[in-house]
Amino acid sequence: MYGFTPTEEQKMLIDAVARFSKSDLRTAAHAAEEHKNLAQRLVNKGWELGLLQASTPDIYGGFGERSSVTGVLAAEELGFGDLAGAIAIMTPGLFVLPILLAGNEQQKTNYIPQVIEGSWRPFTSALIEPSFDFDPNALKTTAKKVDNGFVLNGVKTYVPFANQAEAMVVYAALDGVTKGFIVSKNITGMEVSDRIKLMSLNALPMYRVTFKDVKVPETSLLEGDFEPVLAGMRVTNAALAVGVARAAFEYACGYAKERDAFGVKIAQKQAIAFMLAEMGVEIESTRLLTWEAAWKLDMAKEDAAHDAYLATTSASDMVMSVTDRAVQILGGHGYIRDHPVEMWMRNGRGFATFTGLAIV
Amino acid sequence: MTIEFENPKPVEQARFLLQTVADNMMRPVSREMDENEHAIPFGYVEFMNTAMKAMGSGSAGSLAPSEGKNSDDPTRAKRPSIAYQLLANQLEMLAWGDVGMYLITPGGGLGAAAVQAAGSPEQREKFLARFNGEKPTFAAMCMTEPQAGSDTSAIRTRAVLDENTREWVITGEKIFVTAGDKSFNDHPEFGKGFIVVWASIDPSAGRAGMRSFVIEAGTPGVKVTKLESKMGIRVSDTASISLDGARVPFENILGSPTVERTTTGFKGAMATFDATRPLVAATGVGVARAALEEVKKMLADQGVTIHYGLPRQKLSSIEKDVIEMEVMVKSAWLMVMKAVWMADNKQPNALESSMSKVKSGDIVTKVTQKAVEILGPLGYDREFLLEKWFRDAKITDIYEGTGQINRLVVARQILGYSGSELR
Repeated sequence: MYGFTPTEEQKMLIDAVARFSKSDLRTAAHAAEEHKNLAQRLVNKGWELGLLQASTPDIYGGFGERSSVTGVLAAEELGFGDLAGAIAIMTPGLFVLPILLAGNEQQKTNYIPQVIEGSWRPFTSALIEPSFDFDPNALKTTAKKVDNGFVLNGVKTYVPFANQAEAMVVYAALDGVTKGFIVSKNITGMEVSDRIKLMSLNALPMYRVTFKDVKVPETSLLEGDFEPVLAGMRVTNAALAVGVARAAFEYACGYAKERDAFGVKIAQKQAIAFMLAEMGVEIESTRLLTWEAAWKLDMAKEDAAHDAYLATTSASDMVMSVTDRAVQILGGHGYIRDHPVEMWMRNGRGFATFTGLAIV
Repeated sequence: MTIEFENPKPVEQARFLLQTVADNMMRPVSREMDENEHAIPFGYVEFMNTAMKAMGSGSAGSLAPSEGKNSDDPTRAKRPSIAYQLLANQLEMLAWGDVGMYLITPGGGLGAAAVQAAGSPEQREKFLARFNGEKPTFAAMCMTEPQAGSDTSAIRTRAVLDENTREWVITGEKIFVTAGDKSFNDHPEFGKGFIVVWASIDPSAGRAGMRSFVIEAGTPGVKVTKLESKMGIRVSDTASISLDGARVPFENILGSPTVERTTTGFKGAMATFDATRPLVAATGVGVARAALEEVKKMLADQGVTIHYGLPRQKLSSIEKDVIEMEVMVKSAWLMVMKAVWMADNKQPNALESSMSKVKSGDIVTKVTQKAVEILGPLGYDREFLLEKWFRDAKITDIYEGTGQINRLVVARQILGYSGSELR
């Protein structure tokens, strides 16, 4: 059957996330971006919503099963509140979910409970590399098999919380195939740069990390396939994009219904109204692509990864155009940082690059 | 309730069956029918007349409320209906075969849908029974006039009640009547059809005075005056119909014969579009999918592989185009499915319905335009069907409300504006 209604359980969770997102994340977003600082109190509160915990089986300290559908529903709500805050709250998932998906039993038992039980702690992962044609399936960072382990070489960037991370999953090409490696802090040869500065996400501490002949033990290799991990990252990226786009869309709708020009509200002009209609259509169409891809991941359908790719492709185009339209509808006011739409537009351009910053 | 994307069995079966019809009865004559405008593919029409009865669906009649049906099976009533979802899938597949031929599928089309939506139970019985007959039978909707397209409130056709004979006397000019010839004119191969004509019973009342009337084929005073020559969907007859004092029985009016000074009646009639727009959108997706699949096949024949999963920086221009086309087709289909699923679940879907139509009109024109472009000299060549689908596609963004009219509907819904607040 087809269905477009979340379950009662999903609804309860999403409602809670939506409330937090609106009243906490959104209200703090502007100051966080301007002061380049996200209050830890907020991140902790978001963590306590229990999204990752609910995706982790109880034998590893959680209380549920991973559902990509539930995950993308929650990610949209978080993205709607604030992208930087959303990614910060979800960062430990970058460490836990790849281990859950591609790790062996011992890795799961060793690493997952310490992250899941208790409060938010900085565990992260490093996927993105500083090159224009970065390709998660053709990494320039390499892992070489040596006696008793592997040697990692390469440069990663956009690594959230790298400076304080207790451990991270580092992706590297092992014989040309992308694999994850669990790397603990203070390992010899790993160097974390100063905080990187991007066009947006200024509230989120991110770093460049260099690996020079970093020796990791054999037990650090996540042997499972990277494909479902990447697919999970792609649907999450798409869902966050839908959230950001919806934020810009709703804000622009509200503004257009308030703003007078030539004796009417500007929303009463077809030039504006049609832009809003198209924004609504494009947001909905990407949302449905994202839902379907997530559902296929949950059902382990053969074309799930294919659909996840299409979803994130659609999302990066959609969020760019929707956030651009939102700024356009506000006109000069849209360009002023007092209104949030210019930040969402800066967020919007990033989604073509952001795959790897979050996974549900 | 849950979020899921699995076709139920009856949908899979219908898709399989109609794929066979498309492959064997439609595609082989597609080109010939396009080159011989107004020729009738009797093979397809007669086959569909039999096949649809066997399938028990495929016409507007299949959307009849299910009360009484299967009442002996208590579990059945609890399951939500999938009638609209089934229909959307059927139409998508037929349009994938040939959207022009789909438009001349017997079963009543929009004319029957109007009776279904606005008629009384007696009227439904009286007018719709004919579609179960031996001969293929057609019905058509006559709304557009030379000076009244999307603005249906500008309709000038008048219906005046002759108190002596208790007949409506209808006069006016209608254009763009899909299947108007097959529905009204005498064809020995077809059963007796009807047309549904929109007219005002009280011009001073504006929209509140608008009604539709069932006019039987061959009624004196009604004449098909022209068959249009079109850019595409050439196999589908598009008629001009003139009415000059046509006399219609009193009971053929759909809806109340008295005028109340509200627009609820008109709005009710417009609500028919909430049901039909996603179906038209479904046909757009069918054409777009046909073009996309053909492009992929022709490229594969030339040894071109599409590398999914690569970053954009590594994609060729053709790969980027094809991936984008795939995104468009897929997302448009999901919007159709959501709109019809809402209809099946009795949820108001005016927004989703118009959204799906906006999306489908957009993507089917873009996808077919790209398809012709990508295949270069082959795309433009009448040896292949891509150029035909390009011509066929454009109508999707025009009929059943242009893309712009549907944007208006979407915008009004989003902004909470009435027609007078957002004109």
